[in-house]
Amino acid sequence: MSKEHDRGMSVIVKTVTRLTVGLILLYGIYILSHGHVSPGGGFAGGVIIALSFIHLMLAYGKEAALKRIPSQALSFFEGFGAIMFLAIALLGFTGGYFFLNFLPKGEPFKLFSAGIIPLCNIAISLKVGAGLFAIFIALVLLKFEGENK
Amino acid sequence: MGANVIPLFVVVSLSGAFLISLFGRKLKWFPDLIGSAFTALLLLLSLYAVKIVAEAGTLVYSAGSWKPPVGIVFVLDGLSSFMLVTVNLVAFCVAMFSINYMAKYTSKWKFYTLFLLMLAGMNGVLITGDIFNLFVFLEIASVASYALVAFGTERHELEAAFKYAVMSTVGSLFILLGIVFLYSATSTLSMADIALSLSPGKHSGILMLVSILFLMGFGLKAALVPFHAWLPDAHPSAPAPISAMLSGVLIKSLGIYSLCRIIFCVLGVSSQLLSILMVLGTLSMLIGVFLAIGQWDLKRLLAYHSISQIGYVILGISLGTPLGIIGGLFHLFNHSIFKSLLFLNSGAIEYTTGTRDLKKMGGLSEKMPITSTTALTAAMSISGIPPFNGFWSKLLIIIACVQAAKYWYGFWAVLASILTLASFTKVMKYAFFGNLKSQWAMIKEVPVFMKLSMIILAVICVFGGLLFFPGLREPFLLKASGVLLDAKTYASTVIRLVQ
Repeated sequence: MSKEHDRGMSVIVKTVTRLTVGLILLYGIYILSHGHVSPGGGFAGGVIIALSFIHLMLAYGKEAALKRIPSQALSFFEGFGAIMFLAIALLGFTGGYFFLNFLPKGEPFKLFSAGIIPLCNIAISLKVGAGLFAIFIALVLLKFEGENK
Repeated sequence: MGANVIPLFVVVSLSGAFLISLFGRKLKWFPDLIGSAFTALLLLLSLYAVKIVAEAGTLVYSAGSWKPPVGIVFVLDGLSSFMLVTVNLVAFCVAMFSINYMAKYTSKWKFYTLFLLMLAGMNGVLITGDIFNLFVFLEIASVASYALVAFGTERHELEAAFKYAVMSTVGSLFILLGIVFLYSATSTLSMADIALSLSPGKHSGILMLVSILFLMGFGLKAALVPFHAWLPDAHPSAPAPISAMLSGVLIKSLGIYSLCRIIFCVLGVSSQLLSILMVLGTLSMLIGVFLAIGQWDLKRLLAYHSISQIGYVILGISLGTPLGIIGGLFHLFNHSIFKSLLFLNSGAIEYTTGTRDLKKMGGLSEKMPITSTTALTAAMSISGIPPFNGFWSKLLIIIACVQAAKYWYGFWAVLASILTLASFTKVMKYAFFGNLKSQWAMIKEVPVFMKLSMIILAVICVFGGLLFFPGLREPFLLKASGVLLDAKTYASTVIRLVQ
């Protein structure tokens, strides 16, 4: 059973995955980067980015996905996202308040606007995306360990 | 600096947690250093918070300079600063104890990450002035504590953690439901704003419903008696420093503090609610101690005593008289000191002998003089023997019962105290006195950091009673009890200060 999982699914699934996985990733980045001007944001974008990797893993098996993004990198991104969010909040002290939006706000509804909000979204997406994918990997590895017994 | 210190309580502990998760895997010395240094920093900050609250009164901080009801405010008043000192003092001693104790576990950095996350959650609950923010911090602390209970990943630890997770999530759901009803009635989440928009005539139905929901939710977090079933499993299963944290401060900051803050300052306290709390407190006091007295597992015995001592705190606070509230809060502080110490002692015994069964121990005072002396101090404190700190706070609660003409409640408090003494006589006899068993002939006293943290806590047990004497009680205890006594002014103070 586990060997079959390593090799992945049928050729139809693999082909469809190859065509769609880049689009899913791109869509995630779109949701993330437009979080401050349209529905969505760091959490939703991070989840979609993580889903693109999970999609890859389901179709091609866990080695293919882990080769692109190893678990050490995941753990690094998770910690880094949180530290980045905290650092942005702390930089607000330069304007006198914790979490102050200290950057210029720009023009509403433009991509480069809203001060620190896009940066916060990026930090959240790193944390959420890496965290969600790490949880998925943990569940998968646990399942394989259970099967081997 | 002034009010700028308030967000630092969350920032320092969160940054410690994430720095350890980034660098702790590679650098072996890093988690120990950050864990102890950051908790020491938090302790200093909380002492500073007591000082500025004593000088300047209540402080309010608007995160991101957004004013309530839109933004989230942090409020530092007497009760918050009192609880912050309690939590961070215990956290510092526990972090120091863990340097040696956690060496036997693999992946120490995960332990410190979760520990500091739990601390961030607790500190957040204490300083926030926004009811949904309180729920978020409460969940951070709770989720971190589920993982910490399961840290050993043995069979019974996982089982206890699962049970704890399910029960505690049910409690959280009650709290969330209460917040939803409050929000639907008042259209605001800021605690001060809710308190001002609620009027007893218009909202009496919803007030009753929400009070009951919060009583169930926070009562579950505080392990009051009908909701206590998870505690005797969860607290002993965690590693000893975490048991000390859970029993010492987690159930108090998530349970008692939040319950008092919301019921007294936001919903407005009624005499029916206080009498319900009084009955629940007395039941916890008696049932906890009766269940404890027959236990042979040392940590399980201590866990049942936590239920019993929480009963004292709730009884004192729910008397509603000035002396009762002072006594309850003082007992809260004292209990967090001596119960953490007792759990650290049980951890020291487990560290050297590898057992928690009282029947297998015996005569350990020969080989472990410091552990046995500090355990004796803590046992006398919890049993209420003068001049240790537990005596003074129990005395205050009993005098307050008599003053309020609740003679039966005073009688039950005395009875529970005598039974506590009986059960700790048993602990001391079986664990430390008597003849040394031959299998323990080769054991040694625990390493230096474990000794140091136990000695610090024991010294506070001996001199803790001094906190009630004039000069020391004004900035610490009287400020804290003043918040609950003048609970009606909380909302107007916060709104006035934020403008």
